[in-house]
Amino acid sequence: MRRLVRVAALLLACSPAFATEPSEMLKDPALEARAREIGRALRCVVCQNQAIDDSNAEVARDMRRAVRERLAAGDRDEAVMAFMTARYGDYVLLKPPFKPGTLVLWLGGPLVLLLAGGALLLAARKRRAPEPPAPLSEEERARVDALLRRDDA
Amino acid sequence: MNRALFLLPLMMLVILAGFFGWSLLSGRDPASIGSVMIGRPAPALPFATAELKSGKPVLVNFFASWCTPCLAEHPLFMRLKEREKATIVGIAWKDKPEAARAWLARLGDPFAAVGFDQDGKLALDWGLSGVPETYLIDAKGIVRLHFRGPLTERDLGTILPLLKAGS
Repeated sequence: MRRLVRVAALLLACSPAFATEPSEMLKDPALEARAREIGRALRCVVCQNQAIDDSNAEVARDMRRAVRERLAAGDRDEAVMAFMTARYGDYVLLKPPFKPGTLVLWLGGPLVLLLAGGALLLAARKRRAPEPPAPLSEEERARVDALLRRDDA
Repeated sequence: MNRALFLLPLMMLVILAGFFGWSLLSGRDPASIGSVMIGRPAPALPFATAELKSGKPVLVNFFASWCTPCLAEHPLFMRLKEREKATIVGIAWKDKPEAARAWLARLGDPFAAVGFDQDGKLALDWGLSGVPETYLIDAKGIVRLHFRGPLTERDLGTILPLLKAGS
């Protein structure tokens, strides 16, 4: 058991590798944590879908530095994000913003799911409750009786 | 109703094929990150203020002596300067000033003014992703064009009318 705990502790201590170099980091751990958070949400503009926090590209390093400079200057997280989108557009955000241009992106999936679910529900209900057959008319009953009697004979 | 349901997969196939076909044929570049600079006032430069305030369209080119595509587009800038009398401001990005100067001395200097952005701070204000990138700023100081990557002969078709417009 004790060995298991030790292994778990070791695994916890191993954080994933980041491109952020020690020399870039801020002295204030709280600020650095915010910078990391922001760095993970910003997309490197020359890499294929990599966050600036994970990228070794020159531009990504410059962007990481700019994020830390803004934070050190007292900017709020939203202001830092706005600083980046003002320069690189929404492309720089790994999570696309919710706005008219991205409605299909955000709502398309759930909408198709709802439609398909609704259609499935309707179909299932239809199958479960088949329409009861219409009762026989007097004429039909007489014919059935006659046929049955003939079989008995 | 049932027949329409049978057609659904076919409809989806048609929609997907249409989208893929359009993507292939429209020349759309999915890797293009676009530019939000277009239509905005050009970010300030700590140099070349006279060139940017001249009331004429100006080309701003980020380059580096270590950058091969910059070498490829260089003759085009020489031509723009010599034949079209274009005002071009060069910014050496992440390059040693002496290396950039030697590069220009060797190949020819198409720039009316050269600045240096060794730490890439200036580039961030311009929304630069790398070198080479070129901006056209009109007579009023508004960014009109932004090319990511080397200029080619074909780009002159969009650049020249705008260059002429203000001068």
